[in-house]
Amino acid sequence: MDMLSYLADGFAVSLSPLNLAVVLVGVTAGLFIGAMPGLGSVNGVAILLPMTFIVPPESAIIFLAAVYYGAMYGGAISSILLGIPGASTAVATTFDGRPMAQKGEAGLALIAAAVASFVGGTISVVLFTILAAPLAEFALAFGPPEEFALVLLAFTTFVGLGGDDVVKTMMMILFGLALSTVGLDMISGNPRLVFFDLPGFYSGISFLILAIGVYGVGEVLWTIEETRGSPKVMNARIGFRDLVDGVKKLGRTVRTMTMGSVLGFFVGVLPAAGATPAALMAYGLARSGSKNPENFGKGEVEGVVAPEAANNAASTGSLLPMLTLGIPGSPTTALLLGGMVMWGLTPGPMLFIEQPGFVWGLISSLYTANVFAVIVNIALIPLFVWALRMPFPVLTAVVLTLCVVGGYAPNARMHDVWMIVLFGFGAFVLRKTNYPMAPLVLALVLGPLMEQSLRQSLISSQGDMTTFFTRPISGTLMAISVILFALPIIKRLRSAGALKPAQ
Amino acid sequence: MTKMISRRMALGGVAAAATAASFGLRPAMAADWRPVKPIEMVIMGGQGGGADRLARLFQSIIQKNDLSPMPILPVNKGGGSGAEALRYLKDKQGDPHVIMATLNSYYTTPLRTDIGVDIAEFTPIARMAQDTFALWVRTDSGITSLEQYVEAVRAAGGSWKMGGTGTGQEDSLLTAMLEQEFGLKYVYVPFNGGGDVAKALVGGHIDSTVNNPSEALSFAQADRVTPLGAFTAERIPAMPDVPTMRELGHDLTYEMQRSFVAPGGLSSEQTAFYQTMMGKLAEIPEWKEYAAKNALVTDLLMGEELQAYFLGEREKHAKLLASLGA
Amino acid sequence: MRIAELATALVLMGLSVWFMVLATALPIGWVPEAGPGGGAFPFWLSAGMFVCAALILWRETRVAPRFKRVAIFIHPAASGQMAVAAGGLVAMVALLPLVGAYIAIPAFMIGYLKVIGKTGWVTPILLSVGTVLFMFFFFEVSLKILLPKGWTEPWFYPLYAMFF
Repeated sequence: MDMLSYLADGFAVSLSPLNLAVVLVGVTAGLFIGAMPGLGSVNGVAILLPMTFIVPPESAIIFLAAVYYGAMYGGAISSILLGIPGASTAVATTFDGRPMAQKGEAGLALIAAAVASFVGGTISVVLFTILAAPLAEFALAFGPPEEFALVLLAFTTFVGLGGDDVVKTMMMILFGLALSTVGLDMISGNPRLVFFDLPGFYSGISFLILAIGVYGVGEVLWTIEETRGSPKVMNARIGFRDLVDGVKKLGRTVRTMTMGSVLGFFVGVLPAAGATPAALMAYGLARSGSKNPENFGKGEVEGVVAPEAANNAASTGSLLPMLTLGIPGSPTTALLLGGMVMWGLTPGPMLFIEQPGFVWGLISSLYTANVFAVIVNIALIPLFVWALRMPFPVLTAVVLTLCVVGGYAPNARMHDVWMIVLFGFGAFVLRKTNYPMAPLVLALVLGPLMEQSLRQSLISSQGDMTTFFTRPISGTLMAISVILFALPIIKRLRSAGALKPAQ
Repeated sequence: MTKMISRRMALGGVAAAATAASFGLRPAMAADWRPVKPIEMVIMGGQGGGADRLARLFQSIIQKNDLSPMPILPVNKGGGSGAEALRYLKDKQGDPHVIMATLNSYYTTPLRTDIGVDIAEFTPIARMAQDTFALWVRTDSGITSLEQYVEAVRAAGGSWKMGGTGTGQEDSLLTAMLEQEFGLKYVYVPFNGGGDVAKALVGGHIDSTVNNPSEALSFAQADRVTPLGAFTAERIPAMPDVPTMRELGHDLTYEMQRSFVAPGGLSSEQTAFYQTMMGKLAEIPEWKEYAAKNALVTDLLMGEELQAYFLGEREKHAKLLASLGA
Repeated sequence: MRIAELATALVLMGLSVWFMVLATALPIGWVPEAGPGGGAFPFWLSAGMFVCAALILWRETRVAPRFKRVAIFIHPAASGQMAVAAGGLVAMVALLPLVGAYIAIPAFMIGYLKVIGKTGWVTPILLSVGTVLFMFFFFEVSLKILLPKGWTEPWFYPLYAMFF
């Protein structure tokens, strides 16, 4: 087989001592950067880009890909330990990761995240190896209507996330979507909703700022209030035996992991979609496919496994259109693309033909990056868990500081830090009055893509709404959305019907 | 004489690029200004965009070749088509540790919305390059010449889809110029960035683009898209077979400048430091190679001439925007 | 609790009205052959918010609070600590651009731990020193992210010269 011989050549590149060292350093650096609330894979790759000039181009790209990978693993760490997603891709991980940590199962949650990331990464690299060429063509067929249908699908897999109060959930979704429109109207190029004419609002409200405010500052206030100011210290401890037991426990989640990985990969391949919707959809599917969906949100290990497998798989998937078409699916891959161009490697349809050595070297390095990332991650788990055993005042002081520094770091804007404070206080009040927070955050993440793809589609079709239903791919996705949306209602009607004869 | 100390840094084991830092300014050289803290490089676009990628390339080359004693730190302020960056630079009046990487929104944004910024107050440093534009169609559309293209757009009766990166952006100006020149009507579909536009063309979601060659060239090599004409004065070296619009009898030229400016109120020593740095940068083979490969025109422009160029371009864009009603 | 519920709904209603007013700067209707205008998304979403908030308000005023969670908004035992946390945070952020991260953050940590943790001096000082070192070496030196320094900026010139 042609491909296998290419892959073997690739391993000859990636297993060289220099490249192995580069991958190890890259995943470790990425892991720490990803573990900071506020800093994610975009920042990691952007910051470390100039440092790569000391190694040859191939190693430089391998290094950046390793940072990318490491940061994807690291994002779960802050989601689980602090409840603050380090990047939008790790939002879904907080839903069950945080409750697990609060139950004293932080170690298990971290192991689950690491192992799921590994499985997701590995399955997707294998899929990548086999399917690179045909999938590139498929990604091209994805236009604005398909993107809109996909976002809609991500939303519907999530309906009911906020619990029982439908009006409040709707309220938060609308609020999040409205906040996502702040800043610039991309289509007309005009500013809108620039509150008090502050220049800080020109660039909109970043998801990270809201997430740090809600899950960082808001959570600290919430915890103080809920525990009357004297919470008991989490008695999380972890030894080598626990690690082994943890891995064993994950055996029963194999199905969820595989589902998350495959779904994540295919969603990741689509340009513009990327890892965030992938993780959300995987979480939603894991919940609806579970025997006990009521445990989700309360510390169900499958709720950690599904999004973590999916977001790592998606990050591999999003390398595919970048390499084969030169289309970045996310800001991180855009930077990787920039890096490749800097070193004279032009991604695009010709890359596989002109530079097979580089391409397969990179692909094979993803295998090694995965292995290193899971080992480094698991080795560091006891350290992370130990950090959780700090006395409560110390922990809150550290968390608040991290919120401030992490919010300031990506864009060096004091405006962002003030927004974190504001969102934190607001989130506390809203949570106290039983408004669900997850729909708010999700809506802000998916809002821009939703509005943009909807308006692009309608401009292209000259205002004709049927464009979403008549195109084969978007029509199919729309149909799935409708079915998923209707399913819970049908189920309820059915069970109501089933009860009646019994009475 | 300056004493050079260089030191290797490590980040949890990351071998960082060895940066040489110069120590102790000596009286003899007091006239020379040197930065005493890291230099902020404001980018008028978001992370991963074309402006960002080029700015980060410059940063890497500067770092690698030790052109600056202090590191250059890129900061993205892409909000409001660069309005955020422009306001920021205005607030930094007199601060010699800030520079900004610009593009054409440097003049179009203050013209389109009143943000209280007059670019004449800023200190021009250097124009590093001009990016070029060409007209692209899908190869399987069968269109191979400008006449055929104009014919096809006309036949579409106003439903021909032209992709671009947003109303008021460079490519929307070009689109409007085409509409005026040929009496055409397009449906203008905005996307997030040039890469997305190129992809939408290949995927058949739009019918033509005015992409930069760097964004579409690899698809042209794979014979997925065809360039019909270049919006440049001379033929683009990277695609020598493509005629310019002028050769085809239409005086349509448009370039995107890639320059550096600093806040207003800098001393001549401070300005000279940055000009020397950028002058050296322009000579580095890596940069030249990159520019050639990506069809960038690299005629360096500095000082008064650059300011005159900026103001002239602002004038031109004011007219252009007014005539297009944009 | 009920007052909080009503007040929140009212505030959200006010917020949505404000959003709607701001959104009308751009066309909010259907632009022929181009779909919704630039203000349409924010306007109609905010309109939806208004309706939801109004519904919540109506429900709250109507339904007897018998099945409501019996709880008070902020428990008195926690209010002091919350005030310290919130006030300390605001003070830290306000000081950040003036005196810089390297004074504001240790000051916050020491103050917070002294007041709430009721600890001695050892823990807060160790934690502050650790945080300062971490900020400088991780954020500034390794990641090249400059933190705000305010008027302490000149103190850092020799450090910059050494580490960059």
